[in-house]
Amino acid sequence: MKPAPFRYIVAHSIEEALAAKAEHGEEGRFLAGGQSLVPAMNFRLVQPAVLIDLNPISELAGIERADGVLRIGAMTRYRALERDAIVWRDLPLITHALPEIAHPQIRNRGTIGGNLANADPASELPAIVRALGGRLRARSAISERTIKAADFFVGALTTALAADEMLSAIELPVLPARSGTAFLEMSRRRGDFALAGVAAVVTLDAEEICRNARLAYCGLGDRPIHATAAAQSLIGERLSEAAFAEAARLAQDAVDPQGSVHASKGYQRHLAGVLTRRALRTATERARHGH
Amino acid sequence: MDTERCTVVVSVNGVRYEREVEPRLLLSDFIRHELRLAGTHVGCEHGVCGACTVLFDAEPVRSCLMFAAQANGHEIMTVEGLAPAADRLHPLQEAMHAAHGLQCGYCTPGILMTLVAFLKDNPRPDEAQIRAAISGNLCRCTGYQHIVDAVMRSVA
Repeated sequence: MKPAPFRYIVAHSIEEALAAKAEHGEEGRFLAGGQSLVPAMNFRLVQPAVLIDLNPISELAGIERADGVLRIGAMTRYRALERDAIVWRDLPLITHALPEIAHPQIRNRGTIGGNLANADPASELPAIVRALGGRLRARSAISERTIKAADFFVGALTTALAADEMLSAIELPVLPARSGTAFLEMSRRRGDFALAGVAAVVTLDAEEICRNARLAYCGLGDRPIHATAAAQSLIGERLSEAAFAEAARLAQDAVDPQGSVHASKGYQRHLAGVLTRRALRTATERARHGH
Repeated sequence: MDTERCTVVVSVNGVRYEREVEPRLLLSDFIRHELRLAGTHVGCEHGVCGACTVLFDAEPVRSCLMFAAQANGHEIMTVEGLAPAADRLHPLQEAMHAAHGLQCGYCTPGILMTLVAFLKDNPRPDEAQIRAAISGNLCRCTGYQHIVDAVMRSVA
Protein backbone atom coordinates (compact mmCIF):
# COMPACT_ATOMS: atom_id res chain seq x y z
CA MET A 1 0.00 0.00 0.00
CA LYS A 2 2.90 2.36 -0.64
CA PRO A 3 3.52 3.95 -4.02
CA ALA A 4 6.49 2.89 -6.15
CA PRO A 5 9.32 5.44 -6.36
CA PHE A 6 8.92 8.29 -8.81
CA ARG A 7 10.63 11.53 -9.72
CA TYR A 8 8.71 14.51 -8.35
CA ILE A 9 8.58 17.75 -10.32
CA VAL A 10 6.89 20.78 -8.80
CA ALA A 11 5.49 22.94 -11.59
CA HIS A 12 5.15 26.64 -10.78
CA SER A 13 3.64 27.66 -14.10
CA ILE A 14 1.62 26.09 -16.91
CA GLU A 15 4.66 26.45 -19.19
CA GLU A 16 6.89 24.54 -16.76
CA ALA A 17 4.30 21.78 -16.43
CA LEU A 18 3.86 21.47 -20.19
CA ALA A 19 7.60 21.42 -20.80
CA ALA A 20 7.95 18.58 -18.31
CA LYS A 21 5.05 16.69 -19.92
CA ALA A 22 6.56 17.19 -23.38
CA GLU A 23 9.83 15.74 -22.09
CA HIS A 24 8.36 12.73 -20.28
CA GLY A 25 5.21 11.96 -22.32
CA GLU A 26 3.36 8.85 -21.13
CA GLU A 27 6.00 8.28 -18.42
CA GLY A 28 4.93 11.48 -16.71
CA ARG A 29 1.59 12.02 -15.00
CA PHE A 30 0.08 15.30 -13.87
CA LEU A 31 -0.83 15.34 -10.18
CA ALA A 32 -3.98 17.42 -9.68
CA GLY A 33 -6.13 16.71 -6.59
CA GLY A 34 -4.77 13.18 -6.45
CA GLN A 35 -8.00 11.68 -5.17
CA SER A 36 -8.06 9.03 -7.90
CA LEU A 37 -4.39 8.92 -8.90
CA VAL A 38 -2.89 8.52 -5.42
CA PRO A 39 -5.11 5.55 -4.42
CA ALA A 40 -4.17 3.91 -7.73
CA MET A 41 -0.50 4.60 -6.94
CA ASN A 42 -0.90 3.24 -3.40
CA PHE A 43 -2.22 0.01 -4.90
CA ARG A 44 0.58 0.18 -7.50
CA LEU A 45 -2.02 -0.08 -10.24
CA VAL A 46 -0.30 3.00 -11.62
CA GLN A 47 3.45 3.57 -11.37
CA PRO A 48 4.38 6.79 -13.14
CA ALA A 49 8.10 7.38 -13.47
CA VAL A 50 7.57 11.11 -13.11
CA LEU A 51 4.89 13.04 -11.24
CA ILE A 52 4.33 16.66 -12.26
CA ASP A 53 2.57 18.46 -9.42
CA LEU A 54 0.16 21.12 -10.70
CA ASN A 55 -1.03 22.24 -7.27
CA PRO A 56 1.23 25.31 -6.96
CA ILE A 57 -0.04 26.78 -10.27
CA SER A 58 -2.54 29.37 -9.10
CA GLU A 59 -3.44 30.46 -12.67
CA LEU A 60 -5.00 27.02 -13.24
CA ALA A 61 -7.64 27.59 -10.55
CA GLY A 62 -10.57 29.96 -10.57
CA ILE A 63 -14.01 30.65 -12.00
CA GLU A 64 -14.85 33.58 -14.24
CA ARG A 65 -17.74 34.55 -16.48
CA ALA A 66 -17.26 36.20 -19.85
CA ASP A 67 -19.53 36.39 -22.93
CA GLY A 68 -22.14 34.02 -21.50
CA VAL A 69 -19.60 31.34 -20.66
CA LEU A 70 -18.31 30.19 -17.28
CA ARG A 71 -14.66 29.42 -17.56
CA ILE A 72 -13.44 27.10 -14.82
CA GLY A 73 -9.73 26.51 -14.35
CA ALA A 74 -8.80 22.83 -14.35
CA MET A 75 -7.34 22.98 -10.82
CA THR A 76 -10.50 24.46 -9.32
CA ARG A 77 -11.42 22.19 -6.42
CA TYR A 78 -14.88 20.67 -5.96
CA ARG A 79 -15.23 22.58 -2.72
CA ALA A 80 -14.64 25.92 -4.46
CA LEU A 81 -17.26 25.05 -7.09
CA GLU A 82 -19.69 23.93 -4.39
CA ARG A 83 -19.39 27.26 -2.57
CA ASP A 84 -19.14 29.61 -5.54
CA ALA A 85 -21.91 32.20 -5.86
CA ILE A 86 -21.48 32.61 -9.63
CA VAL A 87 -21.82 28.86 -10.19
CA TRP A 88 -24.97 28.80 -8.03
CA ARG A 89 -26.47 31.71 -9.96
CA ASP A 90 -25.52 30.61 -13.47
CA LEU A 91 -25.15 26.82 -13.39
CA PRO A 92 -26.96 25.53 -10.30
CA LEU A 93 -26.81 22.01 -11.76
CA ILE A 94 -23.22 21.89 -10.50
CA THR A 95 -24.12 23.21 -7.06
CA HIS A 96 -26.96 20.70 -6.75
CA ALA A 97 -24.78 17.77 -7.82
CA LEU A 98 -21.59 18.41 -5.86
CA PRO A 99 -22.79 17.26 -2.44
CA GLU A 100 -23.49 13.87 -4.09
CA ILE A 101 -19.86 13.54 -5.14
CA ALA A 102 -17.66 11.61 -2.71
CA HIS A 103 -17.11 13.08 0.77
CA PRO A 104 -16.10 16.47 2.22
CA GLN A 105 -12.44 15.46 2.60
CA ILE A 106 -12.29 14.35 -1.05
CA ARG A 107 -14.06 17.49 -2.27
CA ASN A 108 -11.50 19.65 -0.47
CA ARG A 109 -8.75 18.22 -2.68
CA GLY A 110 -10.36 16.89 -5.85
CA THR A 111 -10.36 19.14 -8.91
CA ILE A 112 -12.73 19.39 -11.85
CA GLY A 113 -9.90 19.03 -14.35
CA GLY A 114 -8.42 16.01 -12.62
CA ASN A 115 -11.84 14.41 -12.50
CA LEU A 116 -12.60 14.98 -16.19
CA ALA A 117 -9.13 13.93 -17.36
CA ASN A 118 -9.49 10.73 -15.32
CA ALA A 119 -12.72 9.99 -17.25
CA ASP A 120 -14.18 7.47 -14.84
CA PRO A 121 -17.45 6.38 -16.46
CA ALA A 122 -19.18 6.18 -13.05
CA SER A 123 -18.16 9.73 -12.12
CA GLU A 124 -20.72 12.52 -12.02
CA LEU A 125 -18.88 15.51 -13.49
CA PRO A 126 -18.28 14.05 -16.96
CA ALA A 127 -22.05 13.54 -17.34
CA ILE A 128 -22.73 17.03 -16.01
CA VAL A 129 -20.25 18.68 -18.37
CA ARG A 130 -21.75 16.61 -21.21
CA ALA A 131 -25.27 17.74 -20.31
CA LEU A 132 -24.15 21.37 -20.17
CA GLY A 133 -22.55 21.18 -23.61
CA GLY A 134 -19.12 21.92 -22.18
CA ARG A 135 -15.92 22.56 -24.09
CA LEU A 136 -12.53 21.50 -22.78
CA ARG A 137 -9.37 23.48 -23.38
CA ALA A 138 -6.32 21.32 -24.05
CA ARG A 139 -2.84 22.80 -24.02
CA SER A 140 0.55 21.44 -24.95
CA ALA A 141 3.90 23.18 -25.06
CA ILE A 142 3.32 24.00 -28.74
CA SER A 143 -0.44 24.10 -29.28
CA GLU A 144 -3.82 24.85 -27.79
CA ARG A 145 -7.21 23.50 -28.85
CA THR A 146 -10.81 23.12 -27.76
CA ILE A 147 -12.47 19.73 -27.51
CA LYS A 148 -16.23 19.34 -27.18
CA ALA A 149 -17.30 17.23 -24.21
CA ALA A 150 -19.02 14.91 -26.69
CA ASP A 151 -15.62 14.15 -28.25
CA PHE A 152 -13.46 14.32 -25.11
CA PHE A 153 -14.58 11.09 -23.43
CA VAL A 154 -13.36 8.24 -25.61
CA GLY A 155 -13.87 5.29 -23.27
CA ALA A 156 -13.38 4.14 -19.70
CA LEU A 157 -10.49 6.16 -18.23
CA THR A 158 -9.62 7.32 -21.75
CA THR A 159 -9.86 10.84 -23.18
CA ALA A 160 -8.95 12.58 -26.40
CA LEU A 161 -5.97 14.27 -24.70
CA ALA A 162 -2.61 13.55 -26.34
CA ALA A 163 0.40 12.47 -24.29
CA ASP A 164 1.84 15.98 -24.26
CA GLU A 165 -1.46 17.76 -23.49
CA MET A 166 -2.98 19.14 -20.30
CA LEU A 167 -6.64 19.86 -19.71
CA SER A 168 -6.29 23.51 -18.70
CA ALA A 169 -9.86 24.81 -18.41
CA ILE A 170 -13.50 23.90 -18.83
CA GLU A 171 -15.92 26.25 -20.60
CA LEU A 172 -19.59 25.90 -19.81
CA PRO A 173 -22.16 28.05 -21.62
CA VAL A 174 -24.59 29.72 -19.23
CA LEU A 175 -28.11 28.43 -19.86
CA PRO A 176 -30.77 30.78 -21.27
CA ALA A 177 -33.58 32.14 -19.10
CA ARG A 178 -36.38 29.69 -18.24
CA SER A 179 -33.94 26.80 -18.08
CA GLY A 180 -34.05 24.22 -15.32
CA THR A 181 -31.66 21.47 -14.37
CA ALA A 182 -31.48 18.50 -12.04
CA PHE A 183 -28.96 15.89 -11.06
CA LEU A 184 -30.06 12.61 -9.50
CA GLU A 185 -28.18 9.45 -8.74
CA MET A 186 -28.61 6.17 -6.95
CA SER A 187 -25.64 4.87 -5.02
CA ARG A 188 -25.33 2.15 -2.41
CA ARG A 189 -24.03 4.54 0.24
CA ARG A 190 -23.73 8.29 0.35
CA GLY A 191 -20.62 9.36 -1.54
CA ASP A 192 -20.15 6.08 -3.39
CA PHE A 193 -19.94 5.98 -7.15
CA ALA A 194 -23.40 5.91 -8.68
CA LEU A 195 -25.05 2.73 -9.89
CA ALA A 196 -26.83 5.16 -12.21
CA GLY A 197 -27.01 8.93 -12.40
CA VAL A 198 -28.59 11.51 -14.68
CA ALA A 199 -28.02 15.19 -15.41
CA ALA A 200 -31.09 16.78 -16.99
CA VAL A 201 -31.39 20.19 -18.64
CA VAL A 202 -34.60 21.68 -20.07
CA THR A 203 -35.30 25.12 -21.52
CA LEU A 204 -38.86 26.38 -21.93
CA ASP A 205 -40.20 29.30 -23.97
CA ALA A 206 -42.76 31.86 -22.80
CA GLU A 207 -45.58 29.48 -23.79
CA GLU A 208 -44.03 26.69 -21.66
CA ILE A 209 -43.03 24.72 -24.76
CA CYS A 210 -39.73 22.88 -24.40
CA ARG A 211 -37.14 24.49 -26.68
CA ASN A 212 -34.09 22.52 -25.63
CA ALA A 213 -33.36 19.43 -23.56
CA ARG A 214 -30.32 17.38 -22.72
CA LEU A 215 -29.97 14.15 -20.76
CA ALA A 216 -26.58 12.73 -19.81
CA TYR A 217 -25.89 9.67 -17.69
CA CYS A 218 -23.08 8.40 -15.48
CA GLY A 219 -22.45 4.79 -14.50
CA LEU A 220 -24.41 3.50 -17.48
CA GLY A 221 -21.74 2.95 -20.12
CA ASP A 222 -18.00 3.17 -20.71
CA ARG A 223 -18.28 6.97 -20.87
CA PRO A 224 -20.94 9.60 -20.14
CA ILE A 225 -23.91 8.70 -22.31
CA HIS A 226 -26.05 11.39 -23.92
CA ALA A 227 -29.57 10.13 -24.66
CA THR A 228 -30.08 12.20 -27.80
CA ALA A 229 -33.36 10.65 -28.96
CA ALA A 230 -34.84 10.94 -25.48
CA ALA A 231 -33.88 14.61 -25.26
CA GLN A 232 -35.17 15.29 -28.80
CA SER A 233 -38.53 13.74 -27.92
CA LEU A 234 -39.12 16.55 -25.44
CA ILE A 235 -38.41 19.44 -27.80
CA GLY A 236 -41.55 21.16 -29.09
CA GLU A 237 -43.63 19.49 -26.38
CA ARG A 238 -45.55 20.92 -23.48
CA LEU A 239 -43.81 18.96 -20.74
CA SER A 240 -46.03 16.49 -18.91
CA GLU A 241 -45.77 13.14 -17.14
CA ALA A 242 -46.50 11.44 -20.47
CA ALA A 243 -43.61 13.29 -22.13
CA PHE A 244 -41.30 12.35 -19.24
CA ALA A 245 -42.33 8.70 -19.49
CA GLU A 246 -41.63 8.61 -23.23
CA ALA A 247 -38.22 10.24 -22.72
CA ALA A 248 -37.46 7.75 -19.95
CA ARG A 249 -38.33 4.85 -22.25
CA LEU A 250 -36.02 6.20 -24.97
CA ALA A 251 -33.26 6.84 -22.43
CA GLN A 252 -33.42 3.21 -21.31
CA ASP A 253 -32.65 2.23 -24.91
CA ALA A 254 -29.74 4.68 -25.11
CA VAL A 255 -27.82 3.64 -22.02
CA ASP A 256 -25.40 0.75 -22.05
CA PRO A 257 -25.08 -0.51 -18.47
CA GLN A 258 -22.32 -3.01 -17.74
CA GLY A 259 -23.89 -4.63 -14.67
CA SER A 260 -21.92 -5.59 -11.58
CA VAL A 261 -22.18 -7.65 -8.43
CA HIS A 262 -24.13 -4.76 -6.90
CA ALA A 263 -26.59 -4.09 -9.71
CA SER A 264 -27.64 -6.14 -12.71
CA LYS A 265 -27.87 -4.56 -16.14
CA GLY A 266 -31.64 -4.80 -15.91
CA TYR A 267 -31.73 -2.99 -12.58
CA GLN A 268 -29.42 -0.26 -13.88
CA ARG A 269 -31.67 0.18 -16.90
CA HIS A 270 -34.68 0.38 -14.59
CA LEU A 271 -32.89 3.07 -12.56
CA ALA A 272 -32.18 5.01 -15.76
CA GLY A 273 -35.89 5.21 -16.43
CA VAL A 274 -36.94 6.15 -12.90
CA LEU A 275 -34.19 8.74 -12.50
CA THR A 276 -34.94 10.25 -15.90
CA ARG A 277 -38.61 10.82 -15.03
CA ARG A 278 -37.78 12.30 -11.63
CA ALA A 279 -34.97 14.51 -12.95
CA LEU A 280 -37.14 15.85 -15.78
CA ARG A 281 -39.94 16.61 -13.33
CA THR A 282 -37.57 18.59 -11.10
CA ALA A 283 -35.78 20.32 -13.99
CA THR A 284 -39.10 21.39 -15.50
CA GLU A 285 -40.32 22.70 -12.15
CA ARG A 286 -37.10 24.70 -11.81
CA ALA A 287 -37.41 26.02 -15.37
CA ARG A 288 -40.83 27.38 -14.44
CA HIS A 289 -39.99 28.72 -11.00
CA GLY A 290 -36.21 29.17 -10.83
CA HIS A 291 -33.30 27.12 -9.53
CA MET B 1 15.69 7.72 -8.49
CA ASP B 2 15.29 5.92 -5.17
CA THR B 3 17.68 8.27 -3.46
CA GLU B 4 16.02 11.47 -4.60
CA ARG B 5 14.94 13.50 -1.60
CA CYS B 6 13.03 16.71 -1.30
CA THR B 7 12.83 19.21 1.50
CA VAL B 8 9.61 19.69 3.38
CA VAL B 9 9.13 22.67 5.65
CA VAL B 10 5.75 22.42 7.30
CA SER B 11 3.88 23.78 10.28
CA VAL B 12 2.05 21.11 12.25
CA ASN B 13 -0.06 22.22 15.22
CA GLY B 14 1.86 25.49 15.17
CA VAL B 15 5.29 23.84 15.32
CA ARG B 16 7.67 24.21 12.39
CA TYR B 17 9.33 21.04 11.10
CA GLU B 18 11.93 20.58 8.39
CA ARG B 19 12.69 17.16 6.96
CA GLU B 20 14.26 15.55 3.89
CA VAL B 21 11.88 12.96 2.47
CA GLU B 22 11.43 10.62 -0.46
CA PRO B 23 8.81 12.02 -2.87
CA ARG B 24 6.70 8.89 -2.52
CA LEU B 25 6.31 9.25 1.25
CA LEU B 26 2.62 9.68 2.03
CA LEU B 27 1.66 12.62 4.23
CA SER B 28 0.04 10.17 6.69
CA ASP B 29 3.32 8.25 7.09
CA PHE B 30 5.27 11.49 7.32
CA ILE B 31 3.10 12.67 10.20
CA ARG B 32 3.33 9.36 12.05
CA HIS B 33 6.86 8.16 11.34
CA GLU B 34 8.87 11.32 10.70
CA LEU B 35 7.12 13.67 13.11
CA ARG B 36 6.16 10.93 15.58
CA LEU B 37 2.60 12.23 15.85
CA ALA B 38 0.80 8.89 16.05
CA GLY B 39 -2.61 10.38 16.81
CA THR B 40 -3.36 10.42 13.09
CA HIS B 41 -4.42 6.87 12.27
CA VAL B 42 -3.99 4.94 9.05
CA GLY B 43 -6.75 2.58 8.01
CA CYS B 44 -7.28 1.76 4.36
CA GLU B 45 -4.60 3.86 2.63
CA HIS B 46 -6.80 4.41 -0.38
CA GLY B 47 -9.11 7.19 0.67
CA VAL B 48 -12.12 5.23 1.87
CA CYS B 49 -12.02 5.05 5.68
CA GLY B 50 -11.20 8.63 6.72
CA ALA B 51 -9.11 7.60 9.74
CA CYS B 52 -6.14 9.65 8.49
CA THR B 53 -8.10 12.92 8.12
CA VAL B 54 -6.09 16.02 9.10
CA LEU B 55 -6.65 19.72 8.52
CA PHE B 56 -4.57 20.94 5.58
CA ASP B 57 -4.67 24.74 5.49
CA ALA B 58 -7.72 24.46 7.79
CA GLU B 59 -9.67 22.08 5.51
CA PRO B 60 -10.09 18.37 6.27
CA VAL B 61 -8.26 16.11 3.82
CA ARG B 62 -7.23 12.48 3.68
CA SER B 63 -3.52 12.47 4.49
CA CYS B 64 -3.06 9.07 2.79
CA LEU B 65 -3.98 10.68 -0.54
CA MET B 66 -1.25 13.32 -0.46
CA PHE B 67 2.49 13.17 -0.56
CA ALA B 68 4.49 14.73 2.25
CA ALA B 69 6.34 16.76 -0.39
CA GLN B 70 3.06 18.50 -1.23
CA ALA B 71 2.80 19.86 2.31
CA ASN B 72 5.89 22.02 1.82
CA GLY B 73 5.00 25.55 2.92
CA HIS B 74 1.56 24.57 4.25
CA GLU B 75 -0.11 24.35 7.66
CA ILE B 76 -1.39 21.12 9.10
CA MET B 77 -3.38 20.41 12.22
CA THR B 78 -3.66 16.92 13.66
CA VAL B 79 -5.71 15.59 16.56
CA GLU B 80 -2.80 16.42 18.88
CA GLY B 81 -3.49 20.09 18.17
CA LEU B 82 -7.11 20.08 19.32
CA ALA B 83 -6.89 20.17 23.10
CA PRO B 84 -6.22 23.62 24.56
CA ALA B 85 -3.97 22.24 27.33
CA ALA B 86 -2.47 18.97 28.47
CA ASP B 87 -5.16 18.54 31.11
CA ARG B 88 -8.12 19.83 29.09
CA LEU B 89 -9.98 18.48 26.10
CA HIS B 90 -11.52 20.29 23.14
CA PRO B 91 -15.31 20.72 23.68
CA LEU B 92 -16.00 18.19 20.93
CA GLN B 93 -13.65 15.71 22.57
CA GLU B 94 -15.48 16.29 25.86
CA ALA B 95 -18.80 15.63 24.13
CA MET B 96 -17.48 12.45 22.44
CA HIS B 97 -16.36 11.25 25.87
CA ALA B 98 -19.66 12.10 27.55
CA ALA B 99 -21.88 10.62 24.79
CA HIS B 100 -19.81 7.44 24.29
CA GLY B 101 -18.93 8.58 20.77
CA LEU B 102 -16.12 6.05 20.56
CA GLN B 103 -15.34 2.52 21.58
CA CYS B 104 -12.08 1.28 20.08
CA GLY B 105 -11.15 4.84 19.10
CA TYR B 106 -9.43 3.99 15.84
CA CYS B 107 -11.64 6.25 13.70
CA THR B 108 -11.91 8.99 16.32
CA PRO B 109 -9.03 11.28 15.27
CA GLY B 110 -10.36 11.38 11.71
CA ILE B 111 -13.92 11.96 12.90
CA LEU B 112 -12.79 14.80 15.19
CA MET B 113 -10.77 16.56 12.50
CA THR B 114 -13.66 16.25 10.05
CA LEU B 115 -16.17 17.58 12.54
CA VAL B 116 -14.23 20.53 13.95
CA ALA B 117 -14.03 21.97 10.42
CA PHE B 118 -17.67 21.11 9.73
CA LEU B 119 -18.86 22.82 12.93
CA LYS B 120 -16.92 25.95 12.06
CA ASP B 121 -18.98 26.22 8.83
CA ASN B 122 -22.20 24.89 10.38
CA PRO B 123 -22.41 25.88 14.03
CA ARG B 124 -26.04 24.70 14.39
CA PRO B 125 -26.27 21.51 12.33
CA ASP B 126 -29.20 19.11 12.26
CA GLU B 127 -28.79 15.36 12.42
CA ALA B 128 -28.94 14.83 8.65
CA GLN B 129 -26.19 17.39 8.11
CA ILE B 130 -24.01 15.72 10.73
CA ARG B 131 -24.46 12.32 9.10
CA ALA B 132 -23.58 13.78 5.69
CA ALA B 133 -20.49 15.44 7.20
CA ILE B 134 -19.13 12.13 8.54
CA SER B 135 -20.17 10.09 5.49
CA GLY B 136 -16.50 9.78 4.60
CA ASN B 137 -15.45 8.35 7.96
CA LEU B 138 -15.98 4.68 8.74
CA CYS B 139 -16.72 3.63 12.31
CA ARG B 140 -17.35 -0.05 13.04
CA CYS B 141 -18.08 0.31 16.78
CA THR B 142 -20.71 2.94 17.38
CA GLY B 143 -23.13 2.60 14.50
CA TYR B 144 -22.59 6.40 14.33
CA GLN B 145 -25.54 7.18 16.62
CA HIS B 146 -23.39 8.10 19.60
CA ILE B 147 -21.14 10.22 17.40
CA VAL B 148 -24.18 12.13 16.18
CA ASP B 149 -25.35 12.42 19.79
CA ALA B 150 -21.95 13.84 20.77
CA VAL B 151 -22.10 16.51 18.08
CA MET B 152 -25.64 17.47 19.06
CA ARG B 153 -24.50 17.70 22.68
CA SER B 154 -21.50 19.85 21.77
CA VAL B 155 -23.65 22.42 19.97
CA ALA B 156 -26.59 22.39 22.39
